[in-house]
Amino acid sequence: MAVKGSVKVEVKGSKTPKQSSRKRIQSPWGGFLFVLPSIIAMAIFVYGMIGWTLKFSFSNRTNAWSKDDSWAGLKNYTGLLADPEFTHAFSNLIKFTLVFMIGTLISGLIMALLLEKGIKGEGLFRSIYLYPMAISFIAMGTSWRWLMDSAQGEKATGLNLILNKVGLSSLENSWYTSEKGSMYAMALPAIWQMSGYVMALFLAGFRGIPDDLREAARVDGASEFKIYRHILFPQLSPTFLTVLIILGHISMKVFDLIYGISGKGYVTKVLAIYMWQVIFDFQNYAKGAAIAVVILILIAVVVIPYLIYVNKTEEANK
Amino acid sequence: MSSDIASRVTQSKDISRNKKKLDGAGQFWLVFRYFALGLLFIIAALPIYIMVINSIKGITGVTQSAAFIPPTSLDFGAWGPTWEILREPMGRTLFFVLQSSIISAVIGSINGFVFAKWRFKGSTVIFTTFLFGMFIPYQAIMIPLTQFNKWAGIGGTIYVLVFAHVIYGIPICTLIFRNYYQGIPNELIEAARVDGASMVHIYRTIILPLSIPGFVVVLIWQFTSAWNDFLFAIFLTGGSPKLAVATTALNFITGSGNQVYYGNNMTASLIVSIPTLLVYMFLGRYFLRGLLSGSLKG
Repeated sequence: MAVKGSVKVEVKGSKTPKQSSRKRIQSPWGGFLFVLPSIIAMAIFVYGMIGWTLKFSFSNRTNAWSKDDSWAGLKNYTGLLADPEFTHAFSNLIKFTLVFMIGTLISGLIMALLLEKGIKGEGLFRSIYLYPMAISFIAMGTSWRWLMDSAQGEKATGLNLILNKVGLSSLENSWYTSEKGSMYAMALPAIWQMSGYVMALFLAGFRGIPDDLREAARVDGASEFKIYRHILFPQLSPTFLTVLIILGHISMKVFDLIYGISGKGYVTKVLAIYMWQVIFDFQNYAKGAAIAVVILILIAVVVIPYLIYVNKTEEANK
Repeated sequence: MSSDIASRVTQSKDISRNKKKLDGAGQFWLVFRYFALGLLFIIAALPIYIMVINSIKGITGVTQSAAFIPPTSLDFGAWGPTWEILREPMGRTLFFVLQSSIISAVIGSINGFVFAKWRFKGSTVIFTTFLFGMFIPYQAIMIPLTQFNKWAGIGGTIYVLVFAHVIYGIPICTLIFRNYYQGIPNELIEAARVDGASMVHIYRTIILPLSIPGFVVVLIWQFTSAWNDFLFAIFLTGGSPKLAVATTALNFITGSGNQVYYGNNMTASLIVSIPTLLVYMFLGRYFLRGLLSGSLKG
């Protein structure tokens, strides 16, 4: 509709040559044409393929040979609820997400608070805190497997050895190999990887707040703690929201981080790993698609409202 | 604007001002801050430290119990054989990553320009629907995508990865360029318009010459994410050794069956990380911009 309207404007304006050229330039038609290929690509490869996956998840393609696209109703989804491996992977994911999000938020915030006022050598600290974002987790997994080695006591290596040496041997544990603590341990490398990113977001937030606000509060005799509590943190609420969305969606999708450390191991299985296994090892497309849809829904319920909110603020700022 | 937000991070406050008079409490806090920063420094550096020191202990000289102890003499013995295995997959990775990054950057620049400076009715809504593509779990498109690749005749070639990274890179590349172009003053474009220049002309003569930093940011972003990607690689190549890329080859080397060859594993992990680490070391500023731009509220 928008396009039609703008074409009309062009025709109307073509009375005098000068006017016509201005109208032609301002015509929004062109902009639309240039993004049209991308619009089509997104329509097919994002939205279309999500629809296709949905269709699979309601079909009977439950083995490698099946081309049975007949309607299976909710069978694949109810099957997941009854599948102990799925519920195990789901609860693992929830545990992981909680520890990962809280841990990364806190450690990233601490990094930002320590650096925020500026300190000699800041650039060096910042670069070291952020480098994990540049490395593949398949590579870092090799180191983390060693760090989180389960051997304890005399044979302790990695983190257990360090805990042992600094007199905290009571904290030694079997990390990601124990049924109970596996996901909490698995959150460690994830926190390690993402903290620098969160630090950067918060640093940008802190430094976007005008100094006058702080100065004014100081002149009024507010303590440093109160300045943070009542002046700086409230200003950072958009940053908090962004950080939570970013961490949340990364956590729901988590795959190579866990795969790089413990592969398809049962105790650390999450939805993305289980989906991969269902597709490749069991060739059950219908079930794999259903798991993928579950991951998508988990992300969409958080991200779509966020995008609508961002869209609204954009419109308002225009 | 993205460049603003990145320089906000990198421009630390004037610390000489704080220096002038530090009382007892002030000194305590300074020492405390350095102590805490140092501790975090050690934790952050630990995994890469282990990787580096254990890659120069040779093939047999590596034991898990001595993981933290630096070598007494340098032994690059593990590098040769490891490189032999990784050379071909890494070459293949470079081949597809360069292509996908360049194509992504060109698409991103055009889209970004339209969404920032050449808006049409409904463009904000369309842009938002693009952004959703950035958040989706790729599992949700993976099965149809494999089938599409087969249908399109690129199944079983490295172009499946070029294609995937270009298509699913559209949202982030568009976002980074849009944020970047929003920082270019509208007056610049208005002035050219009054002179009768078309938008395409404006893009070519005014916007493109100003776009180099934006291109660097997007190229680095796409390079790093495609180089480090494992999910697309393992799904779309099906783990075929003929199509092994850096991460899948590395996973094959370090995968559970081979965990005893510690020296080789550490060396292989380091070798695969070197390209992205180099980019990070020399162009870290642009990497940071990409990260912050990807956070939407730039």
